[in-house]
Amino acid sequence: MGKTIAEKIFDKHFVDNPSGDIHVIKLDAVFCHEITTPVAINDLVSRGKDRVYDASKIKAVIDHVTPAKDSKTAAQGKIVRDWARRQGIKDFFDIGRNGVCHAIFPEQGFVRPGYTIIMGDSHTCTHGAFGAFAAGVGTTDLEVGILKGVCAFQYPLSIKINVTGKMPEGVFAKDVILAIIGRLGVNGATNRVIEFAGPVVEAMSMEARMTLCNMAIEAGGTCGICRPDMTTVDYLWKYIRDDFGSKAAALETYSEFLPDADAEYENIIDIDVSNMEPMMTVGFKPDQIKPVSEMVGEKVDQVYIGSCTNGRIEDLRAAAAVLKGNRIDDNIRGIVSPATPSIYNQALEEGIIKIFMDAGFCVTNPTCGACLGMSNGVLAEGEVCASTTNRNFNGRMGKGGMVHLMSPATAAATAIAGKIKNSSMYKGA
Amino acid sequence: MKNFNGTVLFLDRSDINTDEIIPAKYLTEITKEALKPYLLEDLNMDSFDSNTDLEGKQVVITRENFGCGSSREHAPWAFEVNGLYMVIAESFARIFRQNMFNCGMMAIALPKETIERIFLTFSGKETTIETDLEKNIFVVQGGGEKMEVPFTVSDYDRSLVEAGGWLEFADSKY
Repeated sequence: MGKTIAEKIFDKHFVDNPSGDIHVIKLDAVFCHEITTPVAINDLVSRGKDRVYDASKIKAVIDHVTPAKDSKTAAQGKIVRDWARRQGIKDFFDIGRNGVCHAIFPEQGFVRPGYTIIMGDSHTCTHGAFGAFAAGVGTTDLEVGILKGVCAFQYPLSIKINVTGKMPEGVFAKDVILAIIGRLGVNGATNRVIEFAGPVVEAMSMEARMTLCNMAIEAGGTCGICRPDMTTVDYLWKYIRDDFGSKAAALETYSEFLPDADAEYENIIDIDVSNMEPMMTVGFKPDQIKPVSEMVGEKVDQVYIGSCTNGRIEDLRAAAAVLKGNRIDDNIRGIVSPATPSIYNQALEEGIIKIFMDAGFCVTNPTCGACLGMSNGVLAEGEVCASTTNRNFNGRMGKGGMVHLMSPATAAATAIAGKIKNSSMYKGA
Repeated sequence: MKNFNGTVLFLDRSDINTDEIIPAKYLTEITKEALKPYLLEDLNMDSFDSNTDLEGKQVVITRENFGCGSSREHAPWAFEVNGLYMVIAESFARIFRQNMFNCGMMAIALPKETIERIFLTFSGKETTIETDLEKNIFVVQGGGEKMEVPFTVSDYDRSLVEAGGWLEFADSKY
């Protein structure tokens, strides 16, 4: 019987089978941020186990609340900073170099096809876009990862989503993943890897694939995963050119992780995007979705563009294309957080930051920002945010607030209109 | 090993997420104890008041997909510091379930019909649960009714509970 991508990665990293279908696997990287790691560090210290399995495989960033907003968040940053120095963790991204973990780590070339990665963050599934197995874990799993370089998972079952058809103009990866979550439900992929395949995914950029994989967790998925191909090699080339004689040689090596033709999937779902409209969420669960066209005119107080889902350069370009030459509505607070310093720089060079500022947006430093109501951009009771983030849970962006998830283009059009609206890029199905 | 007996808190809703269990704004805390007052503060469920309804409860019984969303282990910790060491549900989100066992706590899934029967029989009544880990049976009692409910827990999950969590288990083994 053939193997899926995830099964091939598991087999290659096998350490132990302690019981049943539980596999302990070796980790190629452990990613850390300042919210879930300080507790792990403190616990390791208190147990007399203040060690790391391999400092070169641990990558750390301060991204959720940065710059620190108060003494507590300053202390969280300090714990990670001191630990990185003490343990010789060179890939540590502090103020001035820091950005949203799931944007900056791929950008730095830390994710490769076939890798196994954990992080104390549920959106770690993003990195599956590179043909890696990457999963969010809790603090205890993170501690064991830091200490021993292993993690235990159920041997992976996969669901394949075949995305076919022609993407209509003004419809983006975000709309596709919202439609997929709507179809699967919030627990439709629990304990499963979601493999995104088909011609539409093959034609997507790495940025778009990261948007898809990022939200696998919103259907309960352990990891989203895409097949490594020349797009993957092109994205990584500056980091891997010394390892391979040519891009073709890199692709040949990475094709080890392509699924076999007779790989077994628990379920295969076909999604044709040809008639898909821009989508958005309408409730407190990410599977409560509607076409934007059915929500036109609904009230919005704040528009947020950023996050590990949609804070990358392509996302800012799409929003800027809609905003160019326009002002946002007087009753809208517009906030944009470029996800990393290099995305911010690129946006500056392309004139995108100026477009945002001329339109009336507040441009923040790279950070997770408003997405989870921990630092800036918190909503007041009864307020509504049109947001390019990944969770619309009750209270997510502030107690009593409501979040509508959507693409950057729809968010930008909504900011101009002052209420929910489709972008001018979308010409109809 | 922790104690898995006690009075039941019924949460009659599916898809209760970790932001509802412990809102992100409290993730700036770096001790488990500091999370104690905020458990289930944002739970979106009519007639639930986290200030009064948690008092004296040790076990949660709830519906589908409990603990979905964020990977924060602060969610099991918030239960732990409030003396709630076990959640029984129709199903769990993967990370939350793993976090519970990793902390030496229990997250036990029961069939939909069994959960429904427990809710119909006991919800709204002062209910206690006794866990027999030898025979794998819950004894549920309340309002003059008594029900014996068999459950399964894998050898691996049991070994985590007995070891007091995954860290000690893994550090001694790998």
